[in-house]
Amino acid sequence: MEASAIIDILQPLVPGAVFEPGRSVDFATIYVPGDRLVETCRALHDTPALDFNVLAEVTAADYLPREPRYEVVYHLLSVSKRLRLRVKVRVPSDGSLPSVQSVWKGAGWPEREVWDMFGIIFDDHGDLRRLLMPEDWEGHPARKDYPVQIRKATQTYEPLEVSEEEFKANIQRDRVKRTAH
Amino acid sequence: MAEIKTETMTVNMGPQHPSTHGVLRLVLELDGEVIQSVMPTIGYLHTGIEKTAEQKKWQQVIPLVERMDYLGAQSNSLAYALCVERMLGLEMPQRVQDIRVLIAELQRLASHLIWLGTHAMEIGAVSMLFYAIRERELLLNINELIAGFRFFPSYIRIGGLREDLPRGFHEAVNEFLDRFPTKMDEFERLLTKNDIFRRRTEGVGAISLENAYQWGLVGPIARAAGSDYDVRKYFPYCGYESYDFTVPTATEGDVYARYRVRIAEMRQSVSIAKQAISRISPAGVWACDDTRVVPPPKDKVYTEMEALIQHFLIYSQGFTVPVGDCYVPIEGPRGEHGCYVVSDGSNRPWRVKMRAPSFMAIQAIPYVVQNGLIADLVAVIGSTDVVMGDCDR
Amino acid sequence: MATTHEHGLDPELPLLTTTVERLVQWARRSAIWPAQFGLACCAIEMMAMAASRYDIARFGAEVFRGSPRQSDLMIVAGRLSRKMAPAMRRVYDQMPDPKWVISMGACASVGGVFDNYAIVQGVDQVVPVDVFVPGCPPRPEALIYGIVQLQQKIDRSRA
Repeated sequence: MEASAIIDILQPLVPGAVFEPGRSVDFATIYVPGDRLVETCRALHDTPALDFNVLAEVTAADYLPREPRYEVVYHLLSVSKRLRLRVKVRVPSDGSLPSVQSVWKGAGWPEREVWDMFGIIFDDHGDLRRLLMPEDWEGHPARKDYPVQIRKATQTYEPLEVSEEEFKANIQRDRVKRTAH
Repeated sequence: MAEIKTETMTVNMGPQHPSTHGVLRLVLELDGEVIQSVMPTIGYLHTGIEKTAEQKKWQQVIPLVERMDYLGAQSNSLAYALCVERMLGLEMPQRVQDIRVLIAELQRLASHLIWLGTHAMEIGAVSMLFYAIRERELLLNINELIAGFRFFPSYIRIGGLREDLPRGFHEAVNEFLDRFPTKMDEFERLLTKNDIFRRRTEGVGAISLENAYQWGLVGPIARAAGSDYDVRKYFPYCGYESYDFTVPTATEGDVYARYRVRIAEMRQSVSIAKQAISRISPAGVWACDDTRVVPPPKDKVYTEMEALIQHFLIYSQGFTVPVGDCYVPIEGPRGEHGCYVVSDGSNRPWRVKMRAPSFMAIQAIPYVVQNGLIADLVAVIGSTDVVMGDCDR
Repeated sequence: MATTHEHGLDPELPLLTTTVERLVQWARRSAIWPAQFGLACCAIEMMAMAASRYDIARFGAEVFRGSPRQSDLMIVAGRLSRKMAPAMRRVYDQMPDPKWVISMGACASVGGVFDNYAIVQGVDQVVPVDVFVPGCPPRPEALIYGIVQLQQKIDRSRA
């Protein structure tokens, strides 16, 4: 299906949003504005004509010298209609996007990975933490201004996850529990 | 009577653990032996392959992506090569496509053999691992025949293959394909009707089709829940539409259904491989004609000037790919394996991203094992067939 | 450091002690039990080595212990990421003495193909390594050769 045909189906369902068809060699690509993303995804998921019930992946690409800097890409699949679609959203640096977890449950971890690698915040995601990098890592590795090779001493211990007062309080509580009858 | 106070216990499984298929960490909250919640932590094998691939030329990325899903290695490089060839607009000759189909199916067999061995070993049938690895050794011998390397042959390249098939290839493959179905019958006799195996796997870890699609699982897991989605049938590549095979499905969606689906897939792979090997001539064309991408044969390099220049240009600065992006999915052993490539017109990729089916599978594990036992968790992780290299990249 | 006699006997120690020492070292090296520490692709080659074609049991490594507290050898098979390094150090610390480490594969030895932010460039930054086995992944025969080298190293060393 061509991108323009999909936009024709979408436009009445998401009035006021500006969709652009994108150039592609494999399947239809549309550009969606970031603030109308969740409604568009809900429309793509719910309309019987399209029925995009599977979210294959969420990823991003960093086009550093260009503004807006990032493009977040959603690959959708409709099993019943044998269709694929690429939804692209342009995000400026320090931009954020709404999370599409309400439409596809499987979007949680891919969005966490995009945050981890690129630093794009997903509003009301609920669980935006480091996924692939260690929890206390600084920097977002997949950005173009992050170096490929770094020289860093390997951390061979994990920092204690409780504070000293909590640790003492735990021991005291165990002692009391074991001696009480 | 005094009230008994209970609280849940938090147990950490991994990252070093015999049953977690690599470095996966699961923090379990248990009420006795019943699992209340699971929190998986991944990233212990994160290798930054995608960022490293941005520094290499297009052809040099192939060994890097092969090491992502290390059980079915050449399915990664097939996805990447198909994606870049689509952007370049290259058409592969029929013989190259048939050889690629054969390699893809043999890789599927190799990956499913390790799945079978480790899954059965974790359920308790330890000897299955030895039988499965024994059969896999024959497949690795075939890999060694074509490229000298057991695991990561890098035989599939952009533009075709690395070189022509060696002598003895047809005999080796035919011998393997003739012997393998009897071995499959042996494995099935051991497990399929085995009462212990069935009691450990039936009704465990069931997922409905609707939930599978919501979580993005579209491989053997969805097919065990009733889907018939298979990339080879829905969006055929490499000439799969001309092969005669069926896609096995089941309806229960539990661990036992996934086991049956994968066993049936292995038998279908054998049948596809037999059709493929009968179409491949022992010697012939192994790459497409495009001289920007495919290096010329060595005897021409040593005698002709144009071939020498072409060889030099390909290996020193590589070829360029037009601006744009592309996503090509293939049916890997774990489900839909796809490669998303962005090019900025130069001789290096701008962004390479592999769609990892194991990534989505681990995300869904907490919802599949709710209120199960720890033993069920082990069975479920084995049945989802996760590979941490694929998940963490 | 005391020099050893050409037959491996330390001339400064009484004869009985050196014989017992050689016996102890023989016993130690003939039954090295590895701890399971397979990280990535090399782990599959390690499994293949433990399987029936390249049987490692005939070299003494009969079982791969699940718990590090019951093993003497840690074969680091695969690429060590920075997130995994503390966990690996903890597993190493849990092993009782005497313990040895084989670094299997190019990624474990020097970082391998992956010279980037995420991979530790050689596990000898985290644990002391006795034998490095190169390869990507090394053939099972190469790893068996590494284990035989480790056995000879144990023979040569003091108990």
